[in-house]
Amino acid sequence: MTAGSSIAQSPEPIIRVENLQKTYQMGEVAVHALRGISLNISRGEFVAIMGHSGSGKSTFMNLIGCLDRGNGGRYMLEGVDASTRNRDELAKLRNAKIGFVFQGFNLLSRTTALENVELPLVYAGVPRRERRRRAEEALKIVNLADRMDHRSNQLSGGQQQRVAIARALVVHPAIILADEPTGNLDSRTAVEIMGVFQQLNRQHHMTILVVTHEPDIAQYTRRIVHFHDGRISNDAIVSNPRDAAADLAAMPQLDEAVQSIAAAAP
Amino acid sequence: MNPLSVLPVAWLALMRHKMRAVLTTLGIMIGVASVIAMVAVGSGARMMIEAQVASLGANMLMIFPGSTNQSGLRGGMGSVSRFTEADGRAINDECPNVAACTPVVNYSGRAVYGNQNWPTRINGVYPNYTEIRDWPLSAGKLFTEQDVERATKVCLLGQTVVDNLFPDGGDPVGLYVRVRNIPFRILGVLERKGQSPFGADQDDTIIAPFTTVQHRLLNTTSVYIFMCSASSTDTIYKAQDEITALFRQRHRLQPDQDDDFTIRNQADLLKAQTESSGVMQMLLGAIASISLLVGGIGIMNIMLVSVTERTREIGIRMAIGARGRDILLQFLIEAVVLALAGGMVGIGIGVGATQLITYVLNWPTLLSPFSIVAAFGSAGITGICFGFFPATKAAKLNPIDALRYE
Ligand SMILES: Nc1ncnc2c1ncn2[C@@H]1O[C@H](COP(=O)(O)OP(=O)(O)OP(=O)(O)O)[C@@H](O)[C@H]1O
Ligand SMILES: [Mg+2]
Repeated sequence: MTAGSSIAQSPEPIIRVENLQKTYQMGEVAVHALRGISLNISRGEFVAIMGHSGSGKSTFMNLIGCLDRGNGGRYMLEGVDASTRNRDELAKLRNAKIGFVFQGFNLLSRTTALENVELPLVYAGVPRRERRRRAEEALKIVNLADRMDHRSNQLSGGQQQRVAIARALVVHPAIILADEPTGNLDSRTAVEIMGVFQQLNRQHHMTILVVTHEPDIAQYTRRIVHFHDGRISNDAIVSNPRDAAADLAAMPQLDEAVQSIAAAAP
Repeated sequence: MNPLSVLPVAWLALMRHKMRAVLTTLGIMIGVASVIAMVAVGSGARMMIEAQVASLGANMLMIFPGSTNQSGLRGGMGSVSRFTEADGRAINDECPNVAACTPVVNYSGRAVYGNQNWPTRINGVYPNYTEIRDWPLSAGKLFTEQDVERATKVCLLGQTVVDNLFPDGGDPVGLYVRVRNIPFRILGVLERKGQSPFGADQDDTIIAPFTTVQHRLLNTTSVYIFMCSASSTDTIYKAQDEITALFRQRHRLQPDQDDDFTIRNQADLLKAQTESSGVMQMLLGAIASISLLVGGIGIMNIMLVSVTERTREIGIRMAIGARGRDILLQFLIEAVVLALAGGMVGIGIGVGATQLITYVLNWPTLLSPFSIVAAFGSAGITGICFGFFPATKAAKLNPIDALRYE
């Protein structure tokens, strides 16, 4: 999107995490969800986080997404120290710099796709006209120009997730955070969504961080970080990422037929 | 975030549960409706009392013998009279702010015409009585100063007396009525005046020259009361002070002695009357505020339910950048929209109820735009007050917990 080349060359990574820790106090028991995470993510990266259940992936995403604060270490978001901000400042950071995509889509029900995508801009104080223009643009990018006025409950899971992606990218965030975005989708739709991310990453130079359990899905990204018990156990470049568009083309036609019927149903 | 942009959101959220919204705002509706109807009834009553007091005569003062006791009642009027006609003349001569003054005596008895008779009260007064009481004639003419000097047997009839002595209609002017077997020639008829503030029929009266009633009917030398009019509304209290000073001097009262007379003006009468209707107003106001309170609690309750139901929505909004105050504003506006919608319906009901009271119960009412605005405003304030707690609760939610809420 607007990721100008001058910013892209800036040496400061978008995400700089140093020894980040998070402990949940459950009565007497302290749950160490993050035990010291250090990680840098630069502009234009497409990273997958993997790890077994309870390894701290979601906790990490919440901290990166400014929904919560750690209790140790440091987190710099585009050079801004997010670990010391108050509630309102975090809300502002989320609004301006973070795009969330959730496993359960989390669109406002009975609200049109367009209105859902406009919502972050409402909180950013963008005037109505401008809001509409940018929301339409975002929906075009995720290939939903023809579904703008559909309410979220009239859309298929894959379509809802694409609306959610449009909502995430409409503010031109520093990073898109997706916690298991394909977890509720069938395998073909999952590949479609990964295709949308790939397109955003390649053509619009968006920085994307995806949590996934599925190694297949992680193969569409360019770097995989493994979590284990609140620590990073492995961090590796994907030498040869899969191409979602190519994989989709190779999938059986039957699926498409079923999908188009499903989409046509009221 | 622009508060106006929340309005459609709030409206849609309410429309999702129409029945619930209607039931919730029932209290507000009743509250607003009762405020409007009650103020209308109250001001209607006051308007009527004011009209009645005004009908006593413009800027009128009454002077009674005897001092005022605790309950505001006088010792038997006329029975211990110390007033004389000379007192009245002194008022006319020495009180510059008194425009006119007449002594009054009255005789209660039967007026007879032909085979009709009617029990009424004959007031003996000076001709300026009609001026003091602001009471024009509908027919005939007034008696004169000379009639007073000569104690002429003439009179003017009130409409009620005319209606009862001349049931077949016809012009009574020039005919004679008998009181205590004395024939009084009818000089004229007074215009209809209606009820007094005390509920008495003011038209059930005959007026005759002061001396005629004093000597021929009562056979007394005393004056029961004086009726005066101040030169203007602004000088009522000045006139009252002048009369007080004059009477204290004439009655040779020492500074430590209480007045042996009582002066009442229209404002006093109005106050006494509106005090009783004020109690009524207060009662009605209490009902209205209780309804609004109940309505407010209803709104608070439903907003708390709404916040819980929409926890996930709140989480989503927070995740994409809503600050606490944005959420607060959203729910507050929703509560206010709910209250104002109820208020709007309440206005309709209140106006309708007022019409019903006017045409079915035949009570005087006065719909005041101020009360409508005030009632609508209190509905809005109720919404703000009782919406605040649920809205604060929503604003304080932790985004992560809210997002995870099922
Ligand atoms: N709000 C919380 N209160 C207490 N403990 C928590 C809370 N959230 C997470 N935890 C604990 O922190 C640890 C990490 O949880 P987290 O949700 O980050 O795991 P995850 O890697 O996302 O797992 P999954 O793959 O199942 O989503 C877990 O042991 C979890 O029980
Ligand atoms: Mg998780």
